[in-house]
Amino acid sequence: MPDAAGLDLIAEQLTAVDDACLTGHGFDRGHAELQIDPAKNIQVLQWLQQRGFTFLASVHGVDYYPHEPRLGVVYELLDMQTVDRVSVKARVSTAAPEIDSAVPIWPGANADEREVYDMFGVIFVGHPDLRRILMPEDYEGFPQRRDFPIGGEPVLFTHNEHGYGEDR
Amino acid sequence: MEVKREQVDEFRIRQLRARDMLRNDLSDDELEKYVEQAVVTTTLEKAIGWAQGNSIYPMTFGLACCSIEMMAIASSPRVDLARFGWEAFRASPRQADLIILAGRISTKMAPIIRRVYDQMLEPKFAISMGACCSSLGVYNNYALIPADKFMPVDVYVPGCPPRPEALVNGILKLREKIQHNAKPGWRERYDAVGTEEVVGA
Amino acid sequence: MSTVSDYRRHEESVTYSSELSGSGESHELLTINFGPVHPSTHGVLRLYATLEGEIVRDIQPVIGYLHTGIEKTAEDKSYWKAIPVVERMDYLSYYFNAMAYCGAVEQLLELEVPKRAQYLRVIHLELDRLMSHMIWIGTFALDLGAISPIFYCFRQRELLLDLFEMSSGQRMHTRYFQVGGVAEDIPQGFRQKLQQYLDQAPAVFDMLADLFENNEIVLQRLRNVGAISQQTALDLGVTGPLLRATGNPWDLRKAAPYSSYDDFDFKIPVGTVGDNYDRFRVRHAELYESVKIIQQALDGLPDGPYIADDRKVVLPPRHELATSMEALIHHFKLVTEGFRVPEGESYYPVESPRGELGCFVRADGSAKPARVHMRDPSFHNLQALAPMVRDGYLADFIATLAALDPIIGGVDR
Repeated sequence: MPDAAGLDLIAEQLTAVDDACLTGHGFDRGHAELQIDPAKNIQVLQWLQQRGFTFLASVHGVDYYPHEPRLGVVYELLDMQTVDRVSVKARVSTAAPEIDSAVPIWPGANADEREVYDMFGVIFVGHPDLRRILMPEDYEGFPQRRDFPIGGEPVLFTHNEHGYGEDR
Repeated sequence: MEVKREQVDEFRIRQLRARDMLRNDLSDDELEKYVEQAVVTTTLEKAIGWAQGNSIYPMTFGLACCSIEMMAIASSPRVDLARFGWEAFRASPRQADLIILAGRISTKMAPIIRRVYDQMLEPKFAISMGACCSSLGVYNNYALIPADKFMPVDVYVPGCPPRPEALVNGILKLREKIQHNAKPGWRERYDAVGTEEVVGA
Repeated sequence: MSTVSDYRRHEESVTYSSELSGSGESHELLTINFGPVHPSTHGVLRLYATLEGEIVRDIQPVIGYLHTGIEKTAEDKSYWKAIPVVERMDYLSYYFNAMAYCGAVEQLLELEVPKRAQYLRVIHLELDRLMSHMIWIGTFALDLGAISPIFYCFRQRELLLDLFEMSSGQRMHTRYFQVGGVAEDIPQGFRQKLQQYLDQAPAVFDMLADLFENNEIVLQRLRNVGAISQQTALDLGVTGPLLRATGNPWDLRKAAPYSSYDDFDFKIPVGTVGDNYDRFRVRHAELYESVKIIQQALDGLPDGPYIADDRKVVLPPRHELATSMEALIHHFKLVTEGFRVPEGESYYPVESPRGELGCFVRADGSAKPARVHMRDPSFHNLQALAPMVRDGYLADFIATLAALDPIIGGVDR
């Protein structure tokens, strides 16, 4: 992992390239994180790729309910030469969930972005084939959002056993 | 190889008995005894059940972790399904008569399983192996469906995953069912019929 | 006779060309469906294969038939109780799932894992790697059409599961790794049994290699089939034996050692061409290296506690519950509510038998994780299937799919 000083260096260099793309950075317990403006994510990712973070380990979503903007898209980048990891986080709101797709830069982000769309509803502009990947195609709702109920069967106790059979 | 003298005598005695029976020379009790020893009577149902129960073709249908334990009974030397005659796993549902649902059934997979089950020909059986398909197991959430919601299940084998021996126990229970030999449930065995709790009566 | 001369004329007019079809002439493309239920043993993977004659032009995997909502379920359980939930994801490498999750939570808690626990973890992780590769070799052979290797491989698997049963009581999904260490110390007789296993294992691996190497048909089916370049693999996010088969020696156990892997001396097998044969050889050579690691860990197993002693996170030993009030209170709090983790996020990668298995945990200060995401290697490796099988024969596609080692539990989570 880059230590806190290395992360500060990256943040400085990034701000030198473009003033407005970085909204925050932090190094906490071994986890280096850059928070960026979602409109500039491709720029930042390409800059980091040229700087050495050539491997995209994962793209995943996080729901920060009730903090706004709610949906976060996290890119885990890895620099294989210096064995450094950095997370790039872009947060979008549910009202405007669009963000540019990273597939032109890393083809491996294809399935990952489909999963984030399926589970959280983030729309990746420019993705070649954005449809549901894990849930059935006609499913409604975005399951891993925090306000989506967990679902499942009710646990049967004596008090609710009687009415259970009629629904099946 | 030396045959013992008693064995030769035994055999000779049986030979003479059979000859007497065919000549109608045996009297009532002797005939009774002879028939008990040499002839097996049963119903046709039981005979067919015995044959079916010893030659089931399961289907290769593994879903998740339980399928690895199912592979362990199919292809591990320790607990082997071939001792019951059930080792011929068929890939096509038309040729199989047992489906062992080994693993978790998600909402996308349920209609496919139902279609595969419908393609199987009667008489067909289903074993729900593991906790996830019997009753959602560890994952009581939006994504899974228990097997008995959309298809009839004959035997449930609990466990996460059930040991191969546990699955073989379930298989033997199914075999008893097929051979019309099902053991009574625990209430009959412990004389506890009538102790069920009736809710909201 | 006129019919014979017609026949001869027809026969002589046919040209025998051994060129692959599609060159110059246009053939119809046929999309067929390798349904989720199929005779191979790789789980419920559905593939749309676009064929032109016998040549595969495109493969599109359709996944989601085993989606279990593991990540959502883990949000509903406390940190301790989420370990069995997360363990069942990639169902052949259950120790690795638990290791990634426990590592992420330990990173957030800044909890130090004692040395003995680290060595025990390494022993179990490498035994799990052996088991996973054993199953892979058996099912790989089965998909190629050879029926006997699977019996030998499952026999070995039974010996390994005996060891797991000794240390934790369960054969699969053992819940042995806890946040802070391992659940229990190894019992009496574990060392002897493990030593017995390690003594007989290399001979069995040699035999398995001979089963493949001395068979000319298998070699012809595997050599130069399904090759992929290193750059394609890196662009697609492929890690693990698939990446090492293309020539890149990337292994997290050496590059970013975790849990005392840097105490051990082992090599990383690397391939050259990136075809199916290299994938087989890389995984097979990893078996010997794992045996070496386990032997070193067993020989150097230090004494000490098997779990951290931070009572706010780890259950106190049971004998203390009768005498100490604080131990009772800690036990009660941990079992009912669970320990709280200060706010933060962490990503912890481990090297599973299929590649980089990472766990992302977001903690929001409560006793339940706010987000658990498992970065599964098979999910990313499956994207490499399409470049591997493009413009190859259909029969080679089956072998390549088997050599990819996809575990659909990890793909669908």
